[in-house]
Amino acid sequence: MDEGKEKILDKKSSRRSFLKNSGIAVGGLVLGGTLGSLFTNKNGTQGPVTTTQNGGQPDFTEALQFFRRTSDFDTIAAAMDVIYPEDSNGPGAIALNAPYFLDKQLAGQWGTNTYEYRKEPFQEGHTPLTNGAIFIEGARKLKELAKSEYDASSFTELDEEQKIAILQKLEAGEVEMNLISSSAFFGLLRNVTLQGCFCDPLYGGNKNMDGWKMKEFPGAQMSYLAYAQSDEFLVIDPISVGGHKH
Amino acid sequence: MVTVLPKVDVVTTGMGWAGGIVAAELTKAGYNVVGLERGEERSVEDFLLCHDEYKYNIRKDLMQKLNKDTLTFRNTRKDEARPVRSESDLVLGTGTGGGGTHWGAQAYRYFPYDFEIRSKTIERYGAGKIPDNMLIQDWGITYEEIEPYYTKFEQMAGISGEEDPLAGPRSAPYPTPPLLMAPQLQMFHDAADRLGYHPYRVPAGNVSEVYTNPDGETLNACQYCSFCGSYGCEYGAKSDPIVTVIPTAKKTGKFELRTHALVTRILKNGNKVVGVRYRDIRTGEEFDQLADVVALTSYIFNNVRLLLLSKIGQPYDPDTGKGIIGKNYTDHHTILGATGYFEEKKFNNFIGTGAWGSAYNDFNADNFDHTNVDFIHGGQIEMHLLGNEPITNNPVPPDTPSWGKEFKDKSIYYYNRTLSVVSQRAFLPYKDNYLSLDPVYKDDYGDPLLRVTFDYHEMDFKRHEFLSDKCVKQLEEMGADLVVPHPMQEHFSGRFTFQHDGGGAIMGSSPKNSAVNNYSQMWDYENLFVCGSSAFPHFGPMNPTPTMGALTYRATEGMMAFLKNGGGLVIQPK
Repeated sequence: MDEGKEKILDKKSSRRSFLKNSGIAVGGLVLGGTLGSLFTNKNGTQGPVTTTQNGGQPDFTEALQFFRRTSDFDTIAAAMDVIYPEDSNGPGAIALNAPYFLDKQLAGQWGTNTYEYRKEPFQEGHTPLTNGAIFIEGARKLKELAKSEYDASSFTELDEEQKIAILQKLEAGEVEMNLISSSAFFGLLRNVTLQGCFCDPLYGGNKNMDGWKMKEFPGAQMSYLAYAQSDEFLVIDPISVGGHKH
Repeated sequence: MVTVLPKVDVVTTGMGWAGGIVAAELTKAGYNVVGLERGEERSVEDFLLCHDEYKYNIRKDLMQKLNKDTLTFRNTRKDEARPVRSESDLVLGTGTGGGGTHWGAQAYRYFPYDFEIRSKTIERYGAGKIPDNMLIQDWGITYEEIEPYYTKFEQMAGISGEEDPLAGPRSAPYPTPPLLMAPQLQMFHDAADRLGYHPYRVPAGNVSEVYTNPDGETLNACQYCSFCGSYGCEYGAKSDPIVTVIPTAKKTGKFELRTHALVTRILKNGNKVVGVRYRDIRTGEEFDQLADVVALTSYIFNNVRLLLLSKIGQPYDPDTGKGIIGKNYTDHHTILGATGYFEEKKFNNFIGTGAWGSAYNDFNADNFDHTNVDFIHGGQIEMHLLGNEPITNNPVPPDTPSWGKEFKDKSIYYYNRTLSVVSQRAFLPYKDNYLSLDPVYKDDYGDPLLRVTFDYHEMDFKRHEFLSDKCVKQLEEMGADLVVPHPMQEHFSGRFTFQHDGGGAIMGSSPKNSAVNNYSQMWDYENLFVCGSSAFPHFGPMNPTPTMGALTYRATEGMMAFLKNGGGLVIQPK
């Protein structure tokens, strides 16, 4: 795999054009109006701020529907950003708006498990908690661990290595949680992070389709018939379901 | 307060492929059919905005919601079954079209060996080759007998394909040519040729060109858009009951569709059935729809559950081996092989259809000598280009974490640099894999849920090792830099995510070994026809739809003969 590693490095240098176009400088400084961050810096302002869209208009959908405490939302957002961090490939979970995707999902039928079978008894390994309750429980647990492990007042103020260490403990099932195993919570958190990074932007994640651009996925195209036999790798500008009418 | 509705010739319990075929054939022959469907009515207009992985592939928007009823599952009789609670673990069709709307539309036939598996195995290897606890039996129909019905299904559905040199003989070519040859498929074929195997392009219900079927329904040409399996086709280019058999039935003026109609009981009187009871799930009203012929056309789980709830047939008892309903349950959820990582090539893996692929059957059925292996049957070595969606596809080499910096970097790098070769393999029935009613969990109306008891057996692992090795060698021959085999779990996980299930109301040559005859007619209740893969005595190596479609076409001939003769078994027990 050493050869492969070299290729990865080569490819990174060829990603300059993406970085230039998306307005990210390596290091994560936000330039211009295409990408936003919830935090002005790692230990700075808490709470959501709206980023701006094309034309400098604020995006009023970047506000909380489900979470009541911004500290819970910020905690989950910070954990998501460790799961899918910003790097030289492009934006991470926060810049892709994955936390807002999650908030919107939790405010709907998925947050209350409307379409799941909910009858008792709940046996070992089946949590009686709704998805909404799981994320509240998870956010409070992350805060508690920040205190007990590092004597910090919030999860968000930990450095990245500390956050990773805590998430690894959750993933390994080593943390006691109410009515759910910490590994099940972590698995759910990981899955919703990827969903928020790569869903259609209509759900409030994958902001500006930047998740798709990183993966060179063309999105909701209507037909590839003309390309089905192409020997060349094709980089096609993505379109979203919403883009069908814009 | 139950409202009794006037008698019709035929009533069906679900409007997927089986219900659609019954409705089309019987109404064309002049009979009145009422089609009951618990879900909503759907048309291609429902699919105009469906290129949405999150809604359709993750949240399973087209599938049955589980809040009212689900399955329960356990590996062994020692375990307590648990309900399958989440939509991500149970994929069941609902609404008109049923599973035929969201299928990927790989449209294979089973092999001549499948239909006579027991006698052919004994003939070649002796009875000692079959383990004591394995329940394989001949199907009571031969490949030659089912072949015309396969042809009928393929022509109705417009299946696009080319002949598999190792499959059973065909009386007619596929109605439309195979899908295009992609560069990745060419690599697969070239490697298979070098290895001395017999590759062919997979038969597809993603129709390759505009096609008008014998009933006058037109299917459009597939656009390779990649939103196929788990999605509906907005082009009307996927073989689907809503663009084929259901419109055919409607055109006759003899078909009445009733949606939101959940069938809860089969009504019987002595050794006849007289109709079905159903509930309008919007209002709670109950109706008895009387009929001369009742066709069970749900997916296997509801077919079997309705029989058990209605106390029709003897439930299978694994302790004594007595009884038939629930017996020979098989599940097909172990489609494993290997993933190859390519450093030098990038593939347009975002292009795909539900059935775009190539395969070979040199290690399937009894196409190779099993004398020196510890299993019978086999599997197909296959590669599919389904269109790799970004949420669900994050390939990383072994020992890579599943999150964080390294995960992100590698999953992006390899996103378009992997190909997987997998093997669908046969699943054979065992005494302790069966369906029954759950003693604890109930649906919203107080009826017990269906309980699945299922686990793997030694031959399943042996077959897997053998096929996995073939998948690895195929990828190595294709030039992959790194090949990673997919491990088989020690126990079946209880994730029912392929909608490939069989058994529970199996077919055979006599009431001693089966619930239905080879016209899907219940031996003990001659005006009850149980259609679908619930009739499969074992699960063949590939996707089941054409086989259940063929059996259903044959069943419709049985229904017509029954109605014309004023009763009786269409075929006598042997």
